[in-house]
Amino acid sequence: MSIHRPLSPEDVRAVLDRHFGLFSYSPLHLGSTIAALLGIGAFTVFAVWWLAIPFSQIGPGLAALARFIVLMFPPSSGGHLSLLLKAMGETLAIALLGTLMASILAFPISFLAAANTSLHPVIRFAVRRGLDTIRGIDTLIWALVFVGVVGLGPFAGILAIAVSDVGALGKLFSEAIESADERAREAVLASGGTQLLAVRFGLLPQILPIIAGQILYYFESNVRSATIIGIVGAGGIGLLLSEQIRTYDFDQVAFVVVMILVTVAMIDWVSGKLRFAIIGRRAIA
Amino acid sequence: MTSGTLRIAPARLEILLADYAREVGRRRRQSLLVLAILAILIAIAARLGEVDLNELFEHISNFTSYFSRILPKLSLAHFGADVADWYWNVGGWLKLLFDTIMIAYLGTLIGAGGAFAAAFFAAANLAPSHLSRWGVKRLFEFCRTVPDLVFALMFVSAFGLGPLAGVLAIAIHSFGTLGKLFTEALENIDMKPVEGVRSTGSRFMETMRFGALPQVMSGFASYALLRFEINVRSGSVVGMVGAGGIGQDLFVAIRKFYYTDVSAILLMIIVCVAILDMVTERIRHRLSGQGGAP
Repeated sequence: MSIHRPLSPEDVRAVLDRHFGLFSYSPLHLGSTIAALLGIGAFTVFAVWWLAIPFSQIGPGLAALARFIVLMFPPSSGGHLSLLLKAMGETLAIALLGTLMASILAFPISFLAAANTSLHPVIRFAVRRGLDTIRGIDTLIWALVFVGVVGLGPFAGILAIAVSDVGALGKLFSEAIESADERAREAVLASGGTQLLAVRFGLLPQILPIIAGQILYYFESNVRSATIIGIVGAGGIGLLLSEQIRTYDFDQVAFVVVMILVTVAMIDWVSGKLRFAIIGRRAIA
Repeated sequence: MTSGTLRIAPARLEILLADYAREVGRRRRQSLLVLAILAILIAIAARLGEVDLNELFEHISNFTSYFSRILPKLSLAHFGADVADWYWNVGGWLKLLFDTIMIAYLGTLIGAGGAFAAAFFAAANLAPSHLSRWGVKRLFEFCRTVPDLVFALMFVSAFGLGPLAGVLAIAIHSFGTLGKLFTEALENIDMKPVEGVRSTGSRFMETMRFGALPQVMSGFASYALLRFEINVRSGSVVGMVGAGGIGQDLFVAIRKFYYTDVSAILLMIIVCVAILDMVTERIRHRLSGQGGAP
């Protein structure tokens, strides 16, 4: 049973008074919103002009894309399923070994980059800037470099992922070390332990679960990156995929893409389970 | 010193020590099991990955010499001339780098616009129907899992070489990642304003505009800015397959062993990304200061 009582003018006035700011559009606020939108619009027009986006190509391009998509059905392995499976296995292997190598390298480095365990502020600064630089370069560029160093093949991909992830994992590990509770370390030191023992028994138990979660997370993301580094010849399924796109074998492209999607979903599922088992239902920053 | 210590009866101590030993033993066994599984996986992976450590040690000198070769030879005596020599094509590279930024900008804008519109149909608490929610979520997943380079390759085949392919590839990938983030932001909003607006009899559009949007707008803007910075980085990579921007020149420089060009271009990209990082971080802090955004 609702009571239908028309609002009296006093009620309306009282409500309006209480929420004055919400019902009055200040010209300044409105003006800044319009200016921001106009700015974005103008910059967009400028960007389109600067890049000389060919609008005449959009129509034929979409038509070509539609043809590609029609060609994708039904997806087919093109008769070399075992080759594709092996390439996919290679991709997973690259991701696994790359992530592990990166973790092993990043672990000691992160102690030098963390404020509470570093030897000297200068060392800390240098290590951090070094990690930043490594992170600034994309995995694919590292892959190109390593193809030049160790030749074509999955080994170049492993090294590329290892090096580019040292930057990211080193930073994340050092943040985990910095946010650890100092008291456990102090307790070990107070009971007569050495610095090394303090790290082993005071620090490691706190950070290992976090680090393990981050490693798993990076493994997931590396499975994705490992699918593309093959495009520059660094092993994995990317090489086959780029060849298939270049030779217009779109039914095989679709097959490989579905394979990647399924594999990534499976890895995400397994590693998500493991992560939650290790650190509980908590997001990783 | 012993006067203050707590005495534990030997029998009790024995039980405690036995418990401790059992607990430690259990954890040791667990760790060993994990290590054993890992070792097996590594062995399999090493076979598949054709890891050859001998090869690495043989070529490790290549690696270090590579880096010594890409570093420019600068001397204090004629520093200016050396830098000019190193950055012999600075005008052309700056233009290409600006191309890359523009590609990233357009790609982010298109992707964010699409994700903005679609996220309302994917959020569990707001979506008008289960079907739309399921469909849009799968679409986001697809766009985000297929690597942007694969999209770039396909678009280069369809639209020809040039920035258009790069813009579209980045747009699709941003659509997928931003869509997921936007959806999660929407799923975490306070539902009371939405219910309030809905109770006045408004339709879906109005409910979203006045109930949900004010809560998430600054968060969305901050995610989009973060994505823009990431896209500048990946924009320099999609160029490698001919999708415009500085990537093409970098690719050629690495492949043809124009050593000092590699370091010159890489340094430009790193500095550019670092500057964008600082600028967008400042804007994001201001945005999150205004609203309750991440």
